[in-house]
Amino acid sequence: MKRLLCFLALTLAAILAGCGKPDFSDAEKKTIASLALNTLPLLKPDTTNRFADVPAAAALGSTLFFDVGMSRDGAVSCSTCHKIDRQFQDDLPQAVGVGRTNRRTMPLAGVARDPWFFWDGRRDSLWAQALTPLENPLEQAGNRAAYAHYIKARFGERFERIFGPLPDFSGIPLNASPLGTDAEKAAWNAMSDAQRDAVNRVYANIGKAIAAFERSIEPAQTRFDRFALDLFTGAEPKDGAAFSREEILGLKLFIGKANCVTCHNGPRFTDNGFHNTGVPPVAGLPPDRGRIDAVAQAEADPFNCFGAYRDGDVSACGELRFMVKDAPELIRAYKTPSLRGAATRPPYMHAGQFSSLDEVVAHYAKAAPSVEGVSEIHPLQLSDRERAALVAFLKTLSE
Amino acid sequence: MRSVRQNVVRRRGTGLASLWRYLLAGLGLAALLVGVLAVVYLTAPQSAQPIAPDVSRTKNTDNGLFVASFAPERGVVRQGELQSWLLTLKTKAGAPVEGAAITISGGMPQHNHGLPTSPQATDYLGDGRYRIEGVKFTMSGWWQLHFAISATAGSDTVLFNVVL
Ligand code: HEC
Ligand code: HEC
Repeated sequence: MKRLLCFLALTLAAILAGCGKPDFSDAEKKTIASLALNTLPLLKPDTTNRFADVPAAAALGSTLFFDVGMSRDGAVSCSTCHKIDRQFQDDLPQAVGVGRTNRRTMPLAGVARDPWFFWDGRRDSLWAQALTPLENPLEQAGNRAAYAHYIKARFGERFERIFGPLPDFSGIPLNASPLGTDAEKAAWNAMSDAQRDAVNRVYANIGKAIAAFERSIEPAQTRFDRFALDLFTGAEPKDGAAFSREEILGLKLFIGKANCVTCHNGPRFTDNGFHNTGVPPVAGLPPDRGRIDAVAQAEADPFNCFGAYRDGDVSACGELRFMVKDAPELIRAYKTPSLRGAATRPPYMHAGQFSSLDEVVAHYAKAAPSVEGVSEIHPLQLSDRERAALVAFLKTLSE
Repeated sequence: MRSVRQNVVRRRGTGLASLWRYLLAGLGLAALLVGVLAVVYLTAPQSAQPIAPDVSRTKNTDNGLFVASFAPERGVVRQGELQSWLLTLKTKAGAPVEGAAITISGGMPQHNHGLPTSPQATDYLGDGRYRIEGVKFTMSGWWQLHFAISATAGSDTVLFNVVL
């Protein structure tokens, strides 16, 4: 009898001792481990850019990234919108360069690991992406002939040490581009094939230098990562890594009932895919159909992986080669953003549609249908407490 | 609740009467807990896990024309990476099926979305083996790959489930 009572008392003690600790199933633990930053694989080489890991190229790329000389009006650089002290974004619903754009500036941590670039993925490499804002009339608004002349005048020797001798620019107009003003287009069309190729080559190398720099922008450890590591190793959480009950509930919802992890998965919290999530368009902006309209642009880009300016062989072009081209689910599909650091950089979504994480969670719970195409999001029954818990969890990815 | 436990442990042996009192209290609490747990377990909804899909890598095609096998070319399935797989087609009698035209579709039945890439049969490797390139699984879960096969013996289809 006494033994039995002792046993019961000890069992009770054991049960009570377990109370304060997070209690995850093995499947949950596995998912949590897959989200932790320590599972981020090393950055793969980019064979399409043979300067991707050349330090001098990255250093020049960093100079160019911050250089307002790289714009039509001499006032805008990449860093005007991608601010180094703001996670390489600008806190605006729609970016402002030479003009006001139609989309939100994307943060850049870990961007070199993506297969597609922009909210709609209309570029297939980091170096081809960099060439787009340089000529976009709303962003840096320059033209490739002007950039080539500028590079030669301002960085000539430094550029040549990395990329080899610059071509002879005599006879090349000061302003010319296939995408520019009518005058710039006419000037471009009047150039010889060899001249156009020479300018394109310098232009591609500008992109390759900037891409080499961007490869160094990586996500940082967060409180979530320390929590996940402790959970994995069984160590007592330390230095504020312990999660509150609310944060644990939020994490469980994120990987469970709320289904967030189906798209926001892996150590960057993104599947690198495109999804229609029913985010409403912004009144007054031009129509935006997302991925469906980006496919043709990616294919037509002369700087894409199939183009003449790729280094290495064509085996690197699998994403472009096997791209989905015409499925209905591409309508108003946008790239799944990483959620690392998201809590401290509102507004949210491709055109800054939501100004707080509360609004984002309310959007997912309601799952309003998309204005065009079909949203993949299904309504969620979430109590106020559960909504707050999801937000509390997202904040642990910014601490 | 914690302090009760500590008391149970600490005060044991400080006189028979109090020991009994604490043990009885402990017993009462334990009984309560068992009751609560029983209610929770009995009323919990049945686990929402669907019946596991058939993940066999070798199958008869839907009309029984061919025997198809589908496996990753390098043996392992990696999430988030473009991979090539091999589709091997044999007749019922075991002869390799040559010159087949193959189209591929698929998606995630539980999420209502298709494949993130468009895989294609890019190469015939002999012995009924076709290389399927551009396969990519962007999330864990239940994926389906559907093959429409057309060869001299006729046309048939087959569906493979891949669970990550
Ligand atoms: C006027 C503000 C602005 C300027 C200047 C600008 N960007 Fe951006 N950046 C944006 C916006 C807005 C987007 C998303 C645009 C879209 O989806 O259409 C973006 C997207 C990107 C992306 C894609 C990120 C991803 O996850 O897909 C990269 C990389 C990038 N910019 C790098 C650069 C570089 C390099 C430069 C300079 C050469 C630059 N940006 C100049 C605003 C700007
Ligand atoms: C079907 C895939 C999918 C699911 C499921 C999903 N998301 Fe998203 N998420 C996206 C996409 C795509 C975007 C960008 C949409 C846009 O800009 O139009 C996004 C954007 C976000 C953003 C804004 C980030 C930013 O930088 O703008 C947050 C925060 C977010 N999701 C959190 C969640 C949470 C929390 C859940 C679960 C309740 C969830 N997501 C479920 C695909 C998904």
